Amino acid sequence: MTELGEAVMEAEDLARYYSVSRGWLKDKATVKALDGVSFTLRSRSTLAVVGESGCGKSTLARQLTLIEKPSGGSLRLLGQDLSQAGDKERRLARRHVQIIFQNPYASLNPRKKVGALLQEPLKINTQDNARQREEKVRMMMGRVGLRPEHYSRYPHMFSGGQQQRIAIARALMLHPQMVVADEPVSALDVSIQAQVLNLLMDLQEELGMAYVFISHDLSVVRHIANEIMVMYLGRPVEHGSRDTIFNQPRHPYTRALMASMPRLNPELRAQRLPLGGELPSPLNPPTGCAFHTRCPLATGECAQTRPALRTVANRQVACHYAEQVND
Amino acid sequence: MALLEVDRLSVQFGTRSAPFVAVDGVELQVESGEVIGIVGESGSGKSVMSLAIMGLIEFPGRVTAERLLFAERDLLALPRAARRRLLGKDIAMIFQDPMTSLNPCYTVGFQLMETLKVHQNLNRTERRQRALQLLEQVGIPDPASRLRAFPHQLSGGMSQRVVIAMAIACNPRLLIADEPTTALDVTIQAQIMDLLKDLQQRHGMALLLITHDLAVVAESCARVVVMYAGQIVETGLVRDVFSAPRHPYTAALLDALPERSVGKDRLATIPGVVPGQYDRPLGCLLNPRCQFADDRCRREQPRLRGLGDRQVRCHTPLDTDGRPTHD
Repeated sequence: MTELGEAVMEAEDLARYYSVSRGWLKDKATVKALDGVSFTLRSRSTLAVVGESGCGKSTLARQLTLIEKPSGGSLRLLGQDLSQAGDKERRLARRHVQIIFQNPYASLNPRKKVGALLQEPLKINTQDNARQREEKVRMMMGRVGLRPEHYSRYPHMFSGGQQQRIAIARALMLHPQMVVADEPVSALDVSIQAQVLNLLMDLQEELGMAYVFISHDLSVVRHIANEIMVMYLGRPVEHGSRDTIFNQPRHPYTRALMASMPRLNPELRAQRLPLGGELPSPLNPPTGCAFHTRCPLATGECAQTRPALRTVANRQVACHYAEQVND
Repeated sequence: MALLEVDRLSVQFGTRSAPFVAVDGVELQVESGEVIGIVGESGSGKSVMSLAIMGLIEFPGRVTAERLLFAERDLLALPRAARRRLLGKDIAMIFQDPMTSLNPCYTVGFQLMETLKVHQNLNRTERRQRALQLLEQVGIPDPASRLRAFPHQLSGGMSQRVVIAMAIACNPRLLIADEPTTALDVTIQAQIMDLLKDLQQRHGMALLLITHDLAVVAESCARVVVMYAGQIVETGLVRDVFSAPRHPYTAALLDALPERSVGKDRLATIPGVVPGQYDRPLGCLLNPRCQFADDRCRREQPRLRGLGDRQVRCHTPLDTDGRPTHD
């Protein structure tokens, strides 16, 4: 965990805007789904992206996996700038980045057997013949804890945890440099969640991939991440190493998220900072700091000027009062 | 006399010759004003049990019970019409997905006032008054305009508040909440749990909270019932059960939580999954997944034993150090 690998992906000021129609005869509006996201992801490390639904986590996942082209900023994969690259280059680069989705059943084709599902990435991207493909698939199945007889079964014959193993195996078929996991354990029971998390960590150890782990569950994030980025309404509000963020959160939103997390141990239960309201509409974001409508510390300044991301006590934080927010 | 008395409640599906027992001899007493948490993995029969109490199990499901009394009235013997008068009024239920429990074709106000129309003798203006009051009570800003809104215009948290408002419209004596916060963000989850607890205390309502999230139970319930494959495996006061679980399943569930393994590399897991229709084991239902299982567990099904509040279904219940005891 201490020695960091080489940079796999570097994002700088990444942005993605969507234009949405508001109706007949009205001007189109722009939604800034993602704005000003920068990070460097190294091999063998895990970056967790945390926030409420609607904060831009999944939009980020779509940019990183090269499904969409960002509207601004740069995105470098293994040193190659892909934000402005052509379709062919992006297609070739995609094999290095794979994704795992939240709902495993919805992400597996119900008409294909496991063997065929896992062979598909090889068919599209490699010159392997049928025998080589089957051999590789069987090896990968063993690695993620599926039994050989599962090769010719359909996805619906498996439990949720096993389906997620199939999805993980498919993501790893091409030995990607990085894997984006979009809420991979949210749909699973605690006991199964633990199995899948352990598997993800073992595979990282073994194959040395980088993970971008998108989640809203802070206790899971604390377990798996090296680095945490908290997002609010499309922008990062706090970004730093896991221990820095968990031990001393400096952004009021990070603190509120942590206080909302239900705890088993009564001694760890924080005094609830009741975070009223909900995420504002990204079509009509608040002026100044986007969080000021829900923030217990908000002042007039927060409604006026948007705080820039700056370094305070070893992490990046976007709050005018980050110095005062302390335990 | 308890508010709700359940004795040997069973629910079976499938044919009589090869039935699938979804709920197996559940015993439960709920006092007025009590908060009870029911936990277990998916497939453990939590939801089917609550549907059986509500009388929502349709043919071909079969509900049998030695006793199923609500306020000393036998729910199974009650004529359909009388039972319908009771449901929604004295017993209300909240479901997991707020988006699908509201009818998309009608306004929030219409659906909310329908409950009042059916169960309470109020005229139009009184119903509207009460509806406004209810929306205010569950913390919806600007209730008058929300009455005209359709469900798709509300966020998940708002829809769940509307569902709660409908459930408490007639001041129920028992509220069954089936995973009320699973589909919501942590910050909204905290708001909804605070709201439910507040309503429960203010109206002295009994609350049956069904969830797979042990931390939510730890924060809000007094008593907990742990279910596995349709059976109750352990029950007792939350602080006793969570601090010193006596059933290996409860212990394993708690250990699988990431909160319990802060600083550890791997999470504890429970191998395998909840048995289904065709792989129900002989003897103790947990034995293929239990690390302490011996020959007796594979042969003979344990009974629920214990005194009063603390009961456990295990041949060799764990002691305070988590080791099995042999008697």
